[in-house]
Amino acid sequence: MIPLSWYLILAAALFSIGLFGVLVRRNAVAILLGVELMLNAVNINLVSFWRYADVSAMTGQVFAIIVFAVAAAEVSVGLALVISVYRSRNTVIANDLNLMKW
Amino acid sequence: MNFLNDPLKVAAAWLEGIFTGWGMDAVAAHVLVVFLGVFLLIAILMVLDIFLVWVERKVVARFQDRLGPNRVGPFGLIQPFADIIKLIIKEDTTPEGADKVVYNLAPILSMASVLILWAVVPLAPVMLGVDLNVGVLFLIAAGAIGTLSIIMAGWSSNNKFALIGGFRQVAVMVAFEIPMLTMLMIPTIFAGSMNMNDIIESQNIWYFIISPLGALIFLVAAIAELGRAPFDLAEGESELVAGFNIEYSGMKFGMFYAGELLHAFTFGGFWSILFFGGYRFFGLEQVSPFLAILILVIKAMVGYWVIMWIRYTMMRIRIDQMLAFNWKFLTPLSFVLVLVTALMNALLSGADAWLYILGMFLSNVIVGWVALEIARSVAQKERERVEGAKAVEAAPH
Amino acid sequence: MTAEQIIFLIVALFTLGSALMVVTTGNLVHAALWLVSTLFGVAVIYALLNAGFIAVVQVVVYIGAIAILFIFAVMLTRKDLRDQGPQMNSNWWLGAILAVLVFAGLAFMLQGWSGFSKTAAVLPSGFDAVGLLGEQLTSPNAYVLPFEVASVLLLAALVGAVYVAFNKK
Repeated sequence: MIPLSWYLILAAALFSIGLFGVLVRRNAVAILLGVELMLNAVNINLVSFWRYADVSAMTGQVFAIIVFAVAAAEVSVGLALVISVYRSRNTVIANDLNLMKW
Repeated sequence: MNFLNDPLKVAAAWLEGIFTGWGMDAVAAHVLVVFLGVFLLIAILMVLDIFLVWVERKVVARFQDRLGPNRVGPFGLIQPFADIIKLIIKEDTTPEGADKVVYNLAPILSMASVLILWAVVPLAPVMLGVDLNVGVLFLIAAGAIGTLSIIMAGWSSNNKFALIGGFRQVAVMVAFEIPMLTMLMIPTIFAGSMNMNDIIESQNIWYFIISPLGALIFLVAAIAELGRAPFDLAEGESELVAGFNIEYSGMKFGMFYAGELLHAFTFGGFWSILFFGGYRFFGLEQVSPFLAILILVIKAMVGYWVIMWIRYTMMRIRIDQMLAFNWKFLTPLSFVLVLVTALMNALLSGADAWLYILGMFLSNVIVGWVALEIARSVAQKERERVEGAKAVEAAPH
Repeated sequence: MTAEQIIFLIVALFTLGSALMVVTTGNLVHAALWLVSTLFGVAVIYALLNAGFIAVVQVVVYIGAIAILFIFAVMLTRKDLRDQGPQMNSNWWLGAILAVLVFAGLAFMLQGWSGFSKTAAVLPSGFDAVGLLGEQLTSPNAYVLPFEVASVLLLAALVGAVYVAFNKK
């Protein structure tokens, strides 16, 4: 049997990799890719807690489903914003989008 | 339990006995036997695929009042093998600037997305690969891999026609997945399960009779998913040459081609499983599992024939028309149909069988009729608008 | 080590390796494709956790929709498909240190938790997770409200995305 710790460590590692991506990538689409990794890490945690606690309480799976919905919403709005920014500024490099910064 | 009643389990037990007799670990023997089973299924499917090439060419010839392949072997039966030899000895080209790994991975994924579908197909009451409790959703999941393979092929070819074709096809597939997924809910509602075997077992009356509209919408979505005429705008020979597989040659093209044929046959099979009772035919499936497989294959062939029939008698429609048709007509219609079906199911759950069937059938007919009337009136207005615009243009100033 | 543990380790290594490629590879289309393989790995992890429904939904939603959307977005937001310039910003080392610190902190905190090395109970025979999940998602006593809120959120996101990305001529 696999102990719970393995799943939690995997999720923590995936979350950290996603965080790294969000922090260091310059391209806005790549930043969103990092966010996806972080959401997946959260989902692994939710599902493994469901499995390792009382399986008849479906809270973990229910919230995994809701995270799916939130991820879909986040990606659609995020990518729409990126495309809209690209249309007006002709770039998606996060460093170059500094109009509000001085 | 003898071989004729449950061939798979008997053969598996026999093989496992042999392997463990050789001193193999029990778990390893089991894994090996399962692997051999998968290999056997894929081998049979590939041979069937070769046969399908001949079927497709013969049927299209009939539709177009031709003879079709008739030179190599009796009735041209050896023709597919000649084709395969030709494809294998053709030069295997990779375009300049192509993304080699992705380019070579795409045909494999395309074929794999079709083959894994057969993991959940119940061939006979006792013969199915995986008894998955979400078998219906698995259909869509495999479709997602097919979508991915197409965009990979389109992008990695480094060719604008391939990219446009890939974009079109993916836009279509993602869009038509919605009515398809919604229509998969209808057998699920009737059977109370997403398991393929449960869906077949609960079809004492074909779901096509209870929900004809659902079966039709599923068929339309399946044809769009396959990218066949009238929805073959990803290929669009006259505009895009060949679409996403334009740069592929030899056996790599053959993989796409064979994958598409097998996909069509597989969707014929799923159509028959979900709406026509799968391997069930007046109790004949209980006689022998081999008879059940035969029934399923015949039903799948009929479904495949319907798909071919539509393909070779309809003309291609434009991408914007097609997406508008999906988003403005098919998707709302499928949502309404699922709502009505669920409501009727709840209302009629305690009623007599004949009342249930009649109520379901009538509600389907009414939903379909109202949808067609709305579509007709919208089309009428659109036509008048276009006519009016033309009249204004033509009028002397 | 049991067979299950070996499978887990292989899948976990595959997932983490793909995830690293997602955040480091220069070609963004490749990054999106690596994301697909990461998502596949996560789906297998769900299957290992006996959550078949979640695994299939992962493939349908993430690979069938989100990854495809990413590939589309990558192709729509560049003048040519070649990559120029560095893909990471100048203080990438700070990000790396932060990520390692977060991982170390999480691991340290989890280490001290009593349920850390818990093993799973055997699933009761005939346990129908999908049916139970459906009931819980639609029961007023359970999670119908979050479910409805999520649907409304999706609808709002759909409308918002169309509005934001619509090309006004």
